[in-house]
Amino acid sequence: MIISLFSSTSVPSTDRLVLFFGQAMVVGAALLIALALVYFKKVGWLWKNWLTSLDHKKIGIMYLVVAGVMLLRGLADTVLLRFQQATSVGASQGIISSNHYQQIFTAHGTMMIFFVAMGLVFGIINLILPLQIGSRDVAFPLLNNLSFWMYAAGAILINLSLVFGGEFAATGWLAYPPLSELQFSPGVGVDYWIWSIQIAGIGTLLSGINFITTILTKRAPGMSMMKMPVFVWSVLAAMTLVAAAFPILTVTLVLLTLDRTIGTHFFTTAGGGNAMMYVNLIWAWGHPEVYILILPAFGIYSEIVATFSRKRLFGYTSMVYAILAITGLSFVVWLHHFFTMGAGANVNAFFGIMTMVIAIPTGLKVFNWLFTMYRGRINFASPMIWFIGFVITFSIGGAAGVMLGVPPIDFQLHNTLFLVAHFHTMIIGGALFGYFAGIAYWFPKVFGFKLDEKLGKIAAYLWIAGLICAFTPLYILGLMGATRRLDHYDASLGWQGLFIVAGVGVVIILAGVAVQFMMFYLAIKNRKKNLDTTGDPWNGRTLEWSTTSPAPVYNFAIIPTVSDRDEFFRRKQLGGILPRRKYAAIVMPNNSSFGFFMAGWALMFAFSVIWHYPPTMIVALLGVIGTFIVRTFDDTTTHIIPAAEIEAIENKRAGALV
Amino acid sequence: MTKISMLQNEIQKETETSLLGFWIYMMTDCIVFASLFAVFIVLRNNTAGGKAGSDLFSLSFILTETIILLTSSFTSGLALLAAQRSHLKQTVIWLCTTGLLGTSFLILELHEFTKLDHSGNSWRGSAFLSSYFTLVGTHGLHITIGLLWLFATLGYLYKKGLNEVSVRRITMFSIFWHFLDIVWIFIFSVVYLLGVI
Ligand code: HEM
Ligand SMILES: [Cu+2]
Repeated sequence: MIISLFSSTSVPSTDRLVLFFGQAMVVGAALLIALALVYFKKVGWLWKNWLTSLDHKKIGIMYLVVAGVMLLRGLADTVLLRFQQATSVGASQGIISSNHYQQIFTAHGTMMIFFVAMGLVFGIINLILPLQIGSRDVAFPLLNNLSFWMYAAGAILINLSLVFGGEFAATGWLAYPPLSELQFSPGVGVDYWIWSIQIAGIGTLLSGINFITTILTKRAPGMSMMKMPVFVWSVLAAMTLVAAAFPILTVTLVLLTLDRTIGTHFFTTAGGGNAMMYVNLIWAWGHPEVYILILPAFGIYSEIVATFSRKRLFGYTSMVYAILAITGLSFVVWLHHFFTMGAGANVNAFFGIMTMVIAIPTGLKVFNWLFTMYRGRINFASPMIWFIGFVITFSIGGAAGVMLGVPPIDFQLHNTLFLVAHFHTMIIGGALFGYFAGIAYWFPKVFGFKLDEKLGKIAAYLWIAGLICAFTPLYILGLMGATRRLDHYDASLGWQGLFIVAGVGVVIILAGVAVQFMMFYLAIKNRKKNLDTTGDPWNGRTLEWSTTSPAPVYNFAIIPTVSDRDEFFRRKQLGGILPRRKYAAIVMPNNSSFGFFMAGWALMFAFSVIWHYPPTMIVALLGVIGTFIVRTFDDTTTHIIPAAEIEAIENKRAGALV
Repeated sequence: MTKISMLQNEIQKETETSLLGFWIYMMTDCIVFASLFAVFIVLRNNTAGGKAGSDLFSLSFILTETIILLTSSFTSGLALLAAQRSHLKQTVIWLCTTGLLGTSFLILELHEFTKLDHSGNSWRGSAFLSSYFTLVGTHGLHITIGLLWLFATLGYLYKKGLNEVSVRRITMFSIFWHFLDIVWIFIFSVVYLLGVI
């Protein structure tokens, strides 16, 4: 009986094959992983060492793994999109129907933003931030694990939409009503969209609270706010944005859910609802969201440029103020996403000007990086290649953005491929390249062995070339009038050539991704040969390089005392290695399955609401309460690592510096 | 340091960070309510031909609810004071009072909701009613969660007595409860008072 609930709504036959491939992929991958785990008797190991671990370093790696898988999913979608646009001309209808095309770009946008970009951001923050501030962990390790599992549950749910129901929202990644209301989207697709980002979003919100508290309370002694590395500042700003913006997303999604499930009238066409309010609310979250993605990338570039130019970062103070200015301004520009929706000339003028103002602190940062490089002895390692790619593409994308910020121009370009090209150059060239640079830079610290530099550079060059090749045609097409979300066009328009060039760009990007995976595979395979025994492979400047690679569970046997922005660099200049002192015992948190179960209940709850099945909904709610109470009564949440054990661990580590 | 004193020390540090984290959480919750208030204000005149607030709300009933909730906020403060002075019995008494008052508030609110529903003014009626039920209901949901938390805390007190951890929990609960009180005062003014005049 329950199974009959999951009957898929009528799927056009042309799409059956694509859908079937999708289902086979998801089910197959899940089965394969499960079988492999059982076969190699790794279930217990995985559970004990990873899934229930509260160690921020392990949680960070788990984020990166999920984000990597989702990146492949998101890229598979772009291949379909690009193929359709290159072939669906005139008499040919391409390979997929309009409705399916809409589902695919919606799934692509949603996955890329919420599960790839956000996953990479939180992965990197988890891996590096506690080390950079000289802390043993985040403020709330249990909450951190829960956040990860909420993120993972959202990712699982979005994949389940393929298997149960076989449809996703066909509304675009922000699901504007009234289209996303029950009246016009009666299937379960929009519900899957709502709940996968609702669950992941709550996880993000908890992370935001966690990292703000971490930065405010867990810094090493001596590290005043103005001595924090710029990456830490950028994370503090981004997490402030999370704390301020994600509650708005939560509310907006709840209201849409209520409209769809219990018949309220927030955004409906009837009953006095106001769809425009949704657009305002979602962008009051959405614009800060793009800065949540880009600010940490800015922080990463700041670290990298200083390290590889072997100079102190130019203009630290102005960098901090620029970050703060961007944080504040990002709340007063949201309307530029809908200049065309009737706000009136004066309102548009205000938001247009604000949008251009935000370019000033951003430009300042770029100049600070360039001044840092000026007269530095630059080492063009792979993180720097990503950085150079960023400067080039971000300048192009930024110029396009300032153009779009001028309301009269936006009236022409709104909803065209020009916009699509703009935000992809920003988000790939700005945010994604930053994360890739960060991964290349910190990989040895996290895993204890190095990546192949040559492959890393090839991957970066391929991505840069692919990005330019895939999206320059879209700028031109947009100026020629090609609208976004277009699945078919007339041959007489003469657009096909440019769409084919864009398709070639995707092939180049895919080659870049293949090289990246090759690089990880080879690095793991040859790890014995590429060990990072120094803990400091790049001649780093900040505290994370002062501990060994990988860092021990407790990060620092002795918490360092800080007196300089580039504390580790200062120590190295003073002769580096400090005399060994006496070790003291350390209290560390125990593993916990709390997060796993809580997110599991959340997943079950969401699934029950999507399919309107109250019994399991109630079970899930009781599960949440029960799990919470069990945890409340648990008094054995920490353990002590005795001093002798720490001494033994430290002595075993070759080349430990501090 | 001995093992016990190390753990003690750790718990103390944890209390400080927990309180800061909890404050930040409260701010995010503030934004949740701020958004709901904004939605309510935008939609409050969109009655779609149905009844408006002035036809529906009885101020005296709401005032009773308000007084009950304010009193419970006061008793939760007394519970915290008792806990800080390590008076287990008084703490339990005041927490129980808070729980009783909170439960009565919830019952009154549910009563009001069912009355509206039965008189044909459910959340399905109009955008105004949707936003009314959602705003007030979200507050009620917070009260429900607060009550569950309160009962869990009472259970903890019963099993483990007053210690650093339980005092910390009572502190956080008390902050949470005061916060709900303040939100209610906003609801009282914006939804009910402005709705009736
Ligand atoms: C890696 C190469 C990528 C390619 C080739 C690509 C391609 C595309 C294409 C063809 C569309 C549909 C455009 C249209 O006709 O409306 C699209 C939409 C979109 N993409 Fe990408 N994309 C890529 C990466 C990303 C990344 C990394 C992100 C975000 C982190 C992203 C976010 C989005 C969003 C939000 C949309 C809008 C979906 C909608 O219209 O609702 N994309 N992309
Ligand atoms: Cu924006």
